[in-house]
Amino acid sequence: MKPTNILDPNYFHKVVDCQWACPAHTPVPEYIRLIAQERYTEAYMLNWDSNVFPGVLGRTCDRPCEPACRRVRTEEKPVAICRLKRVAADNKGDVTPWLPRVPTTKNGKKVALLGAGPASLAVARDLMPMGYEVHVFDKDPGGGGMMRSQIPAFRLPEAVLDEEVNLILDMGVQTHFNHPITSMKAMLDLGYDAYFVGTGAPRGRDLDLPGRKEVDAHVSIGIDWLSSVAFGHTTGISGKVIVMGGGNTAMDCCRTAVRLGAESVKVIVRSAFEVMKASPWEKEDAMAEGIPIINNRPPKEFVHENGKLKGIVFEVVKPVYGEDGRLRYEPSGEPDEYVECDHVLMAIGQENHCPWIERDIGIEFDKWDCPVLDEVTLQSTHPQIFFGGDAAFGPENIIWASAHAHKAAISMHLFLQGKDLHADRPPEHLNLVSAKMGVHEWAYDSRHDPSARHLVPHADRDKALHDLKLEVELGFDRKLGAQEAQRCLNCDVQTVFTPKLCIECDACVDICPMDCITFTADAEEIDLRQNLTAPALNPEQAIYVADGLKTGRVMVKDEDVCLHCGLCAERCPTNAWDMQRSVVHIPQVGNYSAG
Amino acid sequence: MTFVAKPAVHHPRLPVNDLGLTRRDYEGSVSTLCAGCGHDSVSAAIVQACAELSIPPHRFAKISGIGCSSKTPSYFLNRSHGFNSVHGRMPSVATGANLANKELYTIGISGDGDSASIGLGQFAHIVRRRINMLYIVDNNGTYGLTKGQFSATNDKGSTNKRGAPNLYEAIDLVSMAIQLGASFVARSFSGDKKQLVPLIKAGLMHHGMAFIDVVSPCVAFNNHNGSTKSYEYVRKHSETVVAADYVPAAREITADYAPGTTERVSMPDGSTLHLYKVAEDYDPHNRVEALHYVQSRQERGEVVTGLLYLDPAAMDCHDILNTLDTPLNQLGTGELCPGSSALTAINESFR
Ligand SMILES: Cc1cc2nc3c(=O)[nH]c(=O)nc-3n(C[C@H](O)[C@H](O)[C@H](O)COP(=O)(O)OP(=O)(O)OC[C@H]3O[C@@H](n4cnc5c(N)ncnc54)[C@H](O)[C@@H]3O)c2cc1C
Ligand SMILES: Cc1ncc(C[n+]2csc(CCOP(=O)(O)OP(=O)(O)O)c2C)c(N)n1
Ligand code: SF4
Ligand code: SF4
Ligand code: SF4
Ligand SMILES: [Mg+2]
Repeated sequence: MKPTNILDPNYFHKVVDCQWACPAHTPVPEYIRLIAQERYTEAYMLNWDSNVFPGVLGRTCDRPCEPACRRVRTEEKPVAICRLKRVAADNKGDVTPWLPRVPTTKNGKKVALLGAGPASLAVARDLMPMGYEVHVFDKDPGGGGMMRSQIPAFRLPEAVLDEEVNLILDMGVQTHFNHPITSMKAMLDLGYDAYFVGTGAPRGRDLDLPGRKEVDAHVSIGIDWLSSVAFGHTTGISGKVIVMGGGNTAMDCCRTAVRLGAESVKVIVRSAFEVMKASPWEKEDAMAEGIPIINNRPPKEFVHENGKLKGIVFEVVKPVYGEDGRLRYEPSGEPDEYVECDHVLMAIGQENHCPWIERDIGIEFDKWDCPVLDEVTLQSTHPQIFFGGDAAFGPENIIWASAHAHKAAISMHLFLQGKDLHADRPPEHLNLVSAKMGVHEWAYDSRHDPSARHLVPHADRDKALHDLKLEVELGFDRKLGAQEAQRCLNCDVQTVFTPKLCIECDACVDICPMDCITFTADAEEIDLRQNLTAPALNPEQAIYVADGLKTGRVMVKDEDVCLHCGLCAERCPTNAWDMQRSVVHIPQVGNYSAG
Repeated sequence: MTFVAKPAVHHPRLPVNDLGLTRRDYEGSVSTLCAGCGHDSVSAAIVQACAELSIPPHRFAKISGIGCSSKTPSYFLNRSHGFNSVHGRMPSVATGANLANKELYTIGISGDGDSASIGLGQFAHIVRRRINMLYIVDNNGTYGLTKGQFSATNDKGSTNKRGAPNLYEAIDLVSMAIQLGASFVARSFSGDKKQLVPLIKAGLMHHGMAFIDVVSPCVAFNNHNGSTKSYEYVRKHSETVVAADYVPAAREITADYAPGTTERVSMPDGSTLHLYKVAEDYDPHNRVEALHYVQSRQERGEVVTGLLYLDPAAMDCHDILNTLDTPLNQLGTGELCPGSSALTAINESFR
């Protein structure tokens, strides 16, 4: 097969599974090493550069990095990447000297950011140092969007959120809070040079079932209810509560209801447990608080008496995996189930909803009511208007909001500087730096630590269940953080092979604990993968192929379960293998010159 | 060398053998040899062969002399028996061990210095006595451990690292082994595990003296342009005459060779050895012809590899001496020390 082009920046980037999986491509192993060195402030700033809200994300991130972590494949549990981010945030020093300087003389261009959620805030952070005059508008009394209105304080303390929101606002962003936007046309008339729509996906779904209208007073839409709790308008809930839905919103609703004094709380879900949308750890946390999750129960009707909700009738279905591997639900034959309740929290999803954007001003919408966007630039069909965060492609999460923001900020900058949004876009690139310090010394801790994932300590449960604001997770302390940091395999320290130095002595093959390396006759990839000492059966993971060996064979390294332990390089008599740290450069406004 | 021990974690789909063990369970301590030393590959081949044979590690006795090669038993089969003896004396200790316990698989590891220089006499006699064992020489043409003097297997005219030529004729241990009564004689290359691993398996399962001369380059002192034991030289000049494939009793025959060139040899444990003759006119059962072939190629600077001589029906030392079936460690004190009356009876029988 064709030899691997290791100069393609994506090749080694992809080997860093966590960083590749992170929408903002946070340099995970690099910050984990900084934590191991107790350089918390630097670790924090490295995060801040790429994901903007390390303290928030260290508690709440959806962590797409963790299921991707190589450790899942080499052992079992991923590195606690997310909680290590929090260690950096909790232990950082004064960050002000590290913050980008904002020019006092502005560049003459004004931008309006609609909504003050993470997407808009991250755009503001990227554009402020470039000298733009940035205005943020939000109907809420403060910045943060759903990080403030939805994520409960027992998961995300207000002080942590305030600190990171203020880091941005204090750069000199002009805020217009308590300012509902009712017309995009009117916004355009204000004459900003560019607009960013970061208004989120603010409409919670409802369920049209028999009896629904009659019990309206006893049904709340989950996200509306959570925001009313967050802003102090709702301070209690009584009686028996059913939370309908299986996503993270449902988990936040049930845990909040317990804390607000509900007599009992049950989560009842249409689908099977393993396919629920909620993250596994959110489900675990809810169940650890004694909240039952009841699955395979599609609701049938609301039962009421004299306008008062009495309960809900559910059908009982049986999940069956078909031959195609797809999950279907069959009647279980069991009688319908009636569950008594006094209040229902409806947490069955969110949608985009921008009634305030007139449909005749040049912004096209698709059939799902999402704006039509250029996926690379996030520009809408109206050249001045860009979208990001949940408003762009529907509900996602904070880390996606940051990732969109960097993209959109680059586009807005190019647009405002009169450049082409595609042709002038800065490319990603990757540097390799040898980690060799001496014969057996590497600039990273190459030794493999077999420890199991460390558990995050939790606050006393009884106390937590009575205090809406008491943070449940205590986070790793420095010591636990240092221990967990050792589990990282340093996947960004790459195995780089120079064929012309290789004498084919097999030393690397023999020492490799994971059977990653094979010297064999060249073949098409599909056969080559089978011919390896340990066949490379994971098609998601690349094989690294190098030719130019004296015997005419090829060197094939399966990247899949490499420990990055450096033993191949240590055993190589000719330095044909070297361990080289790869640094991925993801362009952002400000770290490149766009003119 | 490496200071870092190889992590215990292994490939998630690493095969397990009939005992439920992986290859990693047959490894030893981390090697202290030079990075790139051929001897490490030989150790890795032994590890793989023993694991694939599904023999419990504690059923092996590994015995060596002195030299880098003789250090290697520390680097494989951690959970077996071992004896690191003195220079050139591996054969004496191996003889004793094998006579005492015929149930163990005896592996002797030696070097070209250990076996062809100081230990040549011991080598000759253990082969002649046909001890039932696998005798491996890691042959690098040099005294690696003492920093690169020419050894007795170094070819005349080849040079040392500084360019000085070797003035003496080389001893060919393969020829000597064929001549002196080994019933399984092979040569291989540390850089060719495809060939070496089946040979080690077959050698272990062979009944009688199995000798393998493994050309195993010394990267530190004898891997230069003037060497005939370098990775590059051996790769360029080696020629396989008979490839062997060891097929365990329970397994189907998968290798499909051209008819007329393959011979199946039954092994004592019920397994089969497939001999695939690359050189069609070569007869690995004819001692005289084999010797002639090996030596004539040697004259031309070629390295003949593969299973060069095999006598599957040969006797081993136990057969020759008609020893007891039971290993000595399973006998009681009464049987081992039958007392003075028994001695008297023996002495009487000679009067
Ligand atoms: C209950 C719940 C829990 C969640 N938990 C997590 C979590 O743990 N981790 C995670 O990563 N994500 C979580 N999310 C998702 C996450 O909050 C969002 O994906 C993210 O906040 C989206 O950011 P955004 O900037 O696009 O929009 P938003 O955060 O939604 O911000 C939009 C802002 O626009 C304002 N706005 C909207 N319309 C108007 C208007 N017409 N006029 C003026 N202002 C307007 C809103 O007031 C809001 O402040 C959760 C979501 C919910 C509902
Ligand atoms: C009786 C005795 N004489 C000499 C030595 C010194 N000595 C140690 S190893 C060695 C040669 C080893 O050569 P070889 O067996 O080829 O092993 P290699 O290191 O090349 O693998 C010698 C001469 C010794 N240890 N003992
Ligand atoms: S081991 Fe470390 S670098 Fe590798 S994927 Fe996991 S967190 Fe990332
Ligand atoms: S770094 Fe080298 S020796 Fe270690 S697992 Fe990866 S390929 Fe194998
Ligand atoms: S000196 Fe030669 S034989 Fe000894 S360990 Fe080094 S390379 Fe191997
Ligand atoms: Mg030697």
